[in-house]
Amino acid sequence: MPAIEILGITKSYTVGFFRNKLRTALQPLNLTVAEGETFGFLGPNGAGKTTTLKILMGIVFPTSGEARILGHHFHDPEIKKKVGFLPEQPYFYDYLSAPELLDYYAQLSGVAKEQRRKRIPEMLARVGLPDVGKMQLRKFSKGMLQRVGIAQAIIHDPKIVFLDEPMSGLDPIGRREIRELILGLKQEGRTVFFSTHILSDAEALCDRVGVIHKGVLRGIGVVEDLKSQNADKSEIVWHGAHALNAVKEMLEQTHVTGETVRAVVQTTNLDAVLEKLRRERARLLSVTPLHGTLEDYFVAHTSEKETVQR
Amino acid sequence: MKTYRKITWPALLLLGVCLGGSVLMLRAVDKVRGKQGTLEDILYIRSSKALKRLSLGYSGLLADIYWTRAVQYFGTKHHQAEDVRYDLLYPLLDITTDLDPHLIVAYEFGSIFLSQPPPAGAGQPDKAAQLVEKGIRENPDHWRLYFTLGYIHYFDRKDYKAAQLAFQKGSEVPGAMSWMKIMAATMAQHAGESSTSMQIWRKLYETSEEPAIKQNAVQHFAALQVDEEVKELENRIRAYRERMGQDPAGWIDLVRVGLLRGIPRDPNGKPYLLMPDRTVQVQDPDKLPFITHGLPPERKKTKRP
Amino acid sequence: MISRLSAITFNTFREAVRDRVLYNLILFVLLLVATAPLFGQISIGLDRLILINVGLSAMSLFGIVIAILVGIGLVSKEIDKKTLYTILSRPVRRWEFIAGKYLGLVMTLAANACLMAAGFYLALLVTAHGFQRADAGLFVAIYFIILQFCIMTAITLLFSSFSTPIFSAIFAFALFVIGTFAEDLRNFAALSHGPARWLVTAVAYMVPNFSALNVISQVAHDVPVSGSLILYNTLYAVLYSAAATSAAVLIFERRNLK
Repeated sequence: MPAIEILGITKSYTVGFFRNKLRTALQPLNLTVAEGETFGFLGPNGAGKTTTLKILMGIVFPTSGEARILGHHFHDPEIKKKVGFLPEQPYFYDYLSAPELLDYYAQLSGVAKEQRRKRIPEMLARVGLPDVGKMQLRKFSKGMLQRVGIAQAIIHDPKIVFLDEPMSGLDPIGRREIRELILGLKQEGRTVFFSTHILSDAEALCDRVGVIHKGVLRGIGVVEDLKSQNADKSEIVWHGAHALNAVKEMLEQTHVTGETVRAVVQTTNLDAVLEKLRRERARLLSVTPLHGTLEDYFVAHTSEKETVQR
Repeated sequence: MKTYRKITWPALLLLGVCLGGSVLMLRAVDKVRGKQGTLEDILYIRSSKALKRLSLGYSGLLADIYWTRAVQYFGTKHHQAEDVRYDLLYPLLDITTDLDPHLIVAYEFGSIFLSQPPPAGAGQPDKAAQLVEKGIRENPDHWRLYFTLGYIHYFDRKDYKAAQLAFQKGSEVPGAMSWMKIMAATMAQHAGESSTSMQIWRKLYETSEEPAIKQNAVQHFAALQVDEEVKELENRIRAYRERMGQDPAGWIDLVRVGLLRGIPRDPNGKPYLLMPDRTVQVQDPDKLPFITHGLPPERKKTKRP
Repeated sequence: MISRLSAITFNTFREAVRDRVLYNLILFVLLLVATAPLFGQISIGLDRLILINVGLSAMSLFGIVIAILVGIGLVSKEIDKKTLYTILSRPVRRWEFIAGKYLGLVMTLAANACLMAAGFYLALLVTAHGFQRADAGLFVAIYFIILQFCIMTAITLLFSSFSTPIFSAIFAFALFVIGTFAEDLRNFAALSHGPARWLVTAVAYMVPNFSALNVISQVAHDVPVSGSLILYNTLYAVLYSAAATSAAVLIFERRNLK
């Protein structure tokens, strides 16, 4: 049974003064995540990552479509006992102390009293906050809050953990620590679904990633495969869109911005393409070999102009 | 979009049931509080100065509220004997007119019900006169208040001189109706006569806007009519006896000898009853309050003109 | 369900306490102390009267103000501050959240009223040099005040589920004032004519009936409150509060949170 199934979820908003214009935040999204997988949900800001998570959590309602979590309807409250969530830039009740917050949340998630008593100190130690005692959350630093956030997401021993931009706003040390925590979750066999726009984290942690841009899922696959998609390739940037027709069949991906064209080409075809461009009097701006990073894949799928060809 | 909301129907049901239930409870509460509720504040806060301060400048609004309460309580219940708290009427009206000295209807309504004897009114004509005089002080242009004052002096205090004075002063106010002068003159000549009384009741009916006052005037007017008619009918019965040497069996006998033109009816349209002891009674005394003649023996009371 | 409901209820109570809501008690005590000199100056019979009127009226007013000020933020604050996200990602049903918030605030207000009542009875003891039998009647007035809190909290909760704090406060306060004159409104309705009559009557019955719940003057004069009034008022408060809370649930269930 897949851990997460997203089946055709869309979200549109009516905007404008008369509420007559439709703005689509999510085109029909279809996505499946297996149990035990660590899935990275990548995309630039405003792509729809947070919207997707909010829909899955039942904070926002989709315009159409549905989802399943561990086989249950995603709005089934009982399944939430097996789900943990860390929102972006979380804010917790600042008048509570960390143990109080964890106790409250664990109670809401159905953890019995004895277990709570045992788990809370363990959890705090695990996320690196063993000595916070009675200090109220309003006095916590951002990094500390993030850790409390992870603690509350796993205090009830969920099978699936959703994290929205877990590294945002942290310094490098904080990020390293969160990364360690996520690895820990992964090792415990939990399914981890996290969204981020920091590619190095995704590269390091995820089994699979999906790239989302402007509400559309533009690419999905195992990290290694995606990276190697762009190996043995080069990127050419030139000025002179008229020359495009001459070389089109040899190109893999093309992005046109006004007169400037950026294209990816197999290195074996490189010389042929360059020759044709010179004959067309195109002005060459750069030739760069691609080394198969996730970044290239990411950039390739999230440009503004959307004239992506394969 | 299908959502998982199992709570919607129960919540809607609960909303409807509770809302309906709350309305029912409201009516139950009103019934329990009924007599006491609206008058409570009067019972406990008698000082108009305090009230004025408490009203935070909205004394006019508060006056309206008090006035409405007065009408609700006294206006709808005044003809049922029960245990109407007439002793509260004067303080209520006094406070109302302190809060809003220009609420003319309070002076008019109040004084009429204050001055009439129980069970129709509070039986406090002196307090009534006091109230109206206050009204006149605060509203010297309202000649109708003089009319009300005159009425009180005439009917309830039987002080014909004072009544005449009131009508006189009232007629001098610019804009006063001409019959005020006539009334003053009539008062000087024919004080205490039934026709004068009827004139005043008619004028009261014509010039008042309060339905309760109008009804009151109509009833008094009708009562005077009945009293006159009963007296006259009993006279005619005596005349018959003298002429024919025996009592009439029914009205038809009187008609036959020309003493009556037809079956006499009371203002409600019901025929008068010719009793064996030569007295005349009305069929339905409950529908004719204020009558002093034509009542069945057990109802007779010593009363007003 | 019970454990979730009670968890939310107690947390709401805890939040109010830590937010120093209960500090209003200090103001209350100061008020009683400040008006105490008046008692000596007026004739002996009246000082108890004034103390009761001032004490109970202050209790009622303070509580209503707190009900409004805290109530308007019950839901909207959680949405604005996004503390709601991690709550909704748990097995908590949305209606449990609303109900828990309601009960938590009512609990706070009841506790507030009880503490005030204790201080009030103390003051009564001091000025009157002992309790009278009639002092027990004051309990009814205090009970009715707590019923007022139940209704007011439900109303502000309803507004908070869809409106901004400022508007919620204005509407709630307006409803409080109108509700105080609810009986007069029904009188007006009974006297009006034509199509307007139905509208005014409908409004007059929808408005919360605070007028019947204010028996302060009555108990101050030692007039007993009838048992049936206590029963009907209790039922009314429960039904009205339940209706308002159900409406809040219906609205909140549907809301897309930002």
